[in-house]
Amino acid sequence: MSVQVRIPSPLRKLTQDQEVVAAEGGTIAEVLSHLDATFPGLIERICDEQGNVRRFVNIFVNDEDIRFLEEKATLVQPDDEISIVPAIAGG
Amino acid sequence: MSEQQTFFSNLKCRECGRLYPKEAIHICEFDFGPLEAAYDYDLIARHLNREVIASRPETMWRYRELLPIDGEPTVGRQVGFTPLVRADRLAAELGVEELYIKNDTVNYPTLSFKDRVVSVALSRARELGFTVVACASTGNLANSVAANAAAAGLKSYVLIPADLERSKVVGSLIYGTQVIGIHGAYDQVNRLCSEIAGKYGWGFVNVNLRPYYAEGSKSMGFEIAEQLGWKLPKHTIIPMASGSLLTKIHKAYKEFIRIGILEEQSFSVHGAQASGCSPITTAQKKATDMVKPVPNPKTIVKSLAIGTPADGYYALRSMQETHGSAEDCSDEEVIAGIRLLAEYAGVFSETAGGVTVACAKKLIEAGKIPRNESIVLCITGHGLKTQEAIAGHCGEARLINPSLREFEALIADDAHALAR
Repeated sequence: MSVQVRIPSPLRKLTQDQEVVAAEGGTIAEVLSHLDATFPGLIERICDEQGNVRRFVNIFVNDEDIRFLEEKATLVQPDDEISIVPAIAGG
Repeated sequence: MSEQQTFFSNLKCRECGRLYPKEAIHICEFDFGPLEAAYDYDLIARHLNREVIASRPETMWRYRELLPIDGEPTVGRQVGFTPLVRADRLAAELGVEELYIKNDTVNYPTLSFKDRVVSVALSRARELGFTVVACASTGNLANSVAANAAAAGLKSYVLIPADLERSKVVGSLIYGTQVIGIHGAYDQVNRLCSEIAGKYGWGFVNVNLRPYYAEGSKSMGFEIAEQLGWKLPKHTIIPMASGSLLTKIHKAYKEFIRIGILEEQSFSVHGAQASGCSPITTAQKKATDMVKPVPNPKTIVKSLAIGTPADGYYALRSMQETHGSAEDCSDEEVIAGIRLLAEYAGVFSETAGGVTVACAKKLIEAGKIPRNESIVLCITGHGLKTQEAIAGHCGEARLINPSLREFEALIADDAHALAR
């Protein structure tokens, strides 16, 4: 099952400058593993040594932060838009 | 300028310590940790001391070596050095001995502490060659970017939640900026801006210019230390949205100690949030460093309504390191706090200041801030910007005809009260 993943600019060196890439998987964890197979080195940038999503990385499925869903076990559907967005602040 | 460049050497990842050039970048390419300005403190210590600082104009730029630009500031040169006011009547009301207000409600030019960060961010934006600047904002930052960009001749875009207070929207529009209201909470505005910043060649003050921007907040800490007579307050109470201001005041205090301007001394920084959006306070009370985002902030304190505070983790660390506490307060307590500050210190604060006062009161009452130790309340924005919040809570003008008889009838009760 293919889903679209938006890649933030700091990681596009690993995706040959592609802003949106296709990946396979039924959960965020599967999508991330598939992405890493296609673009080696990507997952270590997103997850720490224990496999947890890094403190300063947000992953959104459509408009929902996976921290409010099931984290890496969050299910994804073919039409879902997945965004990897670095944490920022302001106000 | 070449020597000044060496004061501020690199950007550095707060997580892994990787070094980066001083460009418009804000996160570590490896682990997404925030980048922060790195300085040569030994060199600064040889150039900067109390006498040098005291000889300079009374603006935030008197601490220029500790701010991350290469040349002289070109935007916001008059910003900062707001009054630190001893507030004895408020102290008595709160039952403490020594209380001060750091009054950024009168910061120049847009009446909030955000002029500090924008002054640095736009000065740096010019050095980096940007002609368009932008921000994601809960209001105060938008006002400041709009005003300072206008004065500097930069084009600006400010992106805000669509439901902000009217004064904060008008307070941006007037400067001829492009105001874009987003249907959504601040965090959604922020997320959109992080995507826009990657796509357009704009200087987003709190995205790709954030390492420079955030450092501007340190000037509030430097000023407090200088205005207290070159010493630190035992307790500084700071409102938290992203948590950045708290971490930067902590950093400012440490930097003054590091370069020998202050002696080693103990101090605590305490954080204040509104209960309707208190992810950092909640984590602090639970003694965890995992900040759980608040998806739908619900509070009248819109300027602090950041559900996903990017500096939350570091704010927690700052409080832990200094034995500080965090507190939160209801909207009713915010309004009471605004009134307390106005009626006992003569300072009209926006809602965030009400949070600071209300949380200070609670921390004092809980014994977390001893009554006999010095306290500074950071009041970060002017009350005229959030008038909706207090509408109906401070009475109305009593109306009469221009007649002495009507006036005397009106104040009869007041006079009676005075006589008693």
